[in-house]
Amino acid sequence: MLALYVREVRLGIRAGSGALTGVLFFLAVVAVIPFGVGPDLNLLARIGPAILWIGALLASLLGLERLFQADREDGSLDLMLIADGRHMLALTVFVKCLAHWTANVLPLVAVAPLLGLFMNMPPAGLAAATLTLLVGTPAITFIGAVGAALVVALPRGGLLVSVLILPLSIPVLIFGVAASRGAVAEPDPFLPAFLILLALTLFFAVIGPAAAALALRNAD
Amino acid sequence: MSETANLTARLTALANPTRFLALAGSLLPWLGGAAVLVLVVGLGMAFAAPEDYQQGITVRIMYIHVPFAWLAMFCYTLMAASALGTLVWRHPLADVALKAAAPIGAVFTALALVTGSIWGKPMWGTWWVWDARLTSVFVLFLMYLGIIALTRALDDQSRAARAAAILTLVGFINIPIIKFSVDWWNTLHQPASVFRLDGPTIHPSLLWPLLISAVGFTLLFLALHLMAMRAEIWRRRVSAMRRMSARAAEGKLAEGRAS
Repeated sequence: MLALYVREVRLGIRAGSGALTGVLFFLAVVAVIPFGVGPDLNLLARIGPAILWIGALLASLLGLERLFQADREDGSLDLMLIADGRHMLALTVFVKCLAHWTANVLPLVAVAPLLGLFMNMPPAGLAAATLTLLVGTPAITFIGAVGAALVVALPRGGLLVSVLILPLSIPVLIFGVAASRGAVAEPDPFLPAFLILLALTLFFAVIGPAAAALALRNAD
Repeated sequence: MSETANLTARLTALANPTRFLALAGSLLPWLGGAAVLVLVVGLGMAFAAPEDYQQGITVRIMYIHVPFAWLAMFCYTLMAASALGTLVWRHPLADVALKAAAPIGAVFTALALVTGSIWGKPMWGTWWVWDARLTSVFVLFLMYLGIIALTRALDDQSRAARAAAILTLVGFINIPIIKFSVDWWNTLHQPASVFRLDGPTIHPSLLWPLLISAVGFTLLFLALHLMAMRAEIWRRRVSAMRRMSARAAEGKLAEGRAS
């Protein structure tokens, strides 16, 4: 499993440089927002966490449809399916999701504080937004694995993956933004929303790989 | 124990599409007739019911809005049940049921949203608010559309059926969120007033027409669903026959070339 993790991370970083494209996309989305809503710094500070979250959500959708497609093309997906007896397929999917998250989404989380500075967010808000992104984005990857597994046989499934995943990832977005806003705006509490976000991630860490494994077994 | 076995046996007997078609054919006129009858009675009673002392005549939208919203959730629950049927028992009719129900459910959800927003304009003063229940019903609508898109995107029928079933089950998380959203988040949409532990809080003169029209719309939904399932089975038969005839023609062509 560790070998699989290392292999996936290496592939993710080396081939196609999907991580860099994702970061660039994130940067572009966040840079476009001030042109849309106007350069009012107070307004930007207020909607900053939301912008960071939406940007990260969209950027992490980008590489998702390649999650299983590359493996299907070179045949390693078949090997993983055959090895189901020794390594549970759901566990394999889980490791693949973690690797995908490390290679593609973790860079987004890393640049989030920098982009938050552009949004004129206070330091506490920056820390909270980064922390919630760190905790919440795995849930999006796990949900995304279901979508990626469902359309693995389709040649151009990228757009469909986004359409299928976005409604399901709304709770994550709600509680992520609520928690990162709660850290700054005084009356709203930070901890309850943050704990619910954590619970969502754990919940989808179970549901997502199991459903994705079911879908993958069905695809071949 | 014997009851479950009996039920299983009956469900297995239904797996034969021809038997299902015969049953559906004989059931449909009755179901459709009952739906029309109950709807006429229910809507007639709705117009005879007293007006609300605050809302005036706009309260009559409730008699169609609430059944639409119930059916939007009922249809998704039915789809989730047939998704289980597809994945666990591999029942051949379950995927037909799921595929046929999705567009109908999407239409009912859209109608619930539209009637709700028509009702909201005079009452709340706005067409749309990002209230918990409105938002979750909107998400339900998006999920219906996603399921429809997925079933249309895959051309292999059994694979499309199982993919849609998995997506339906994953999306089923949304149903309890819709049901309890008005209790969890205290927002603009009113809390449940019909199905409560301590009895309905709505006056009987308004409750009866509502319940009767809900039954009528449910019957209508069942009739539409049976019709759609029948159409889907026939469509599959036609495409299977086409494929067979194409293969036969190809075979003949190959034979002619060989000789």
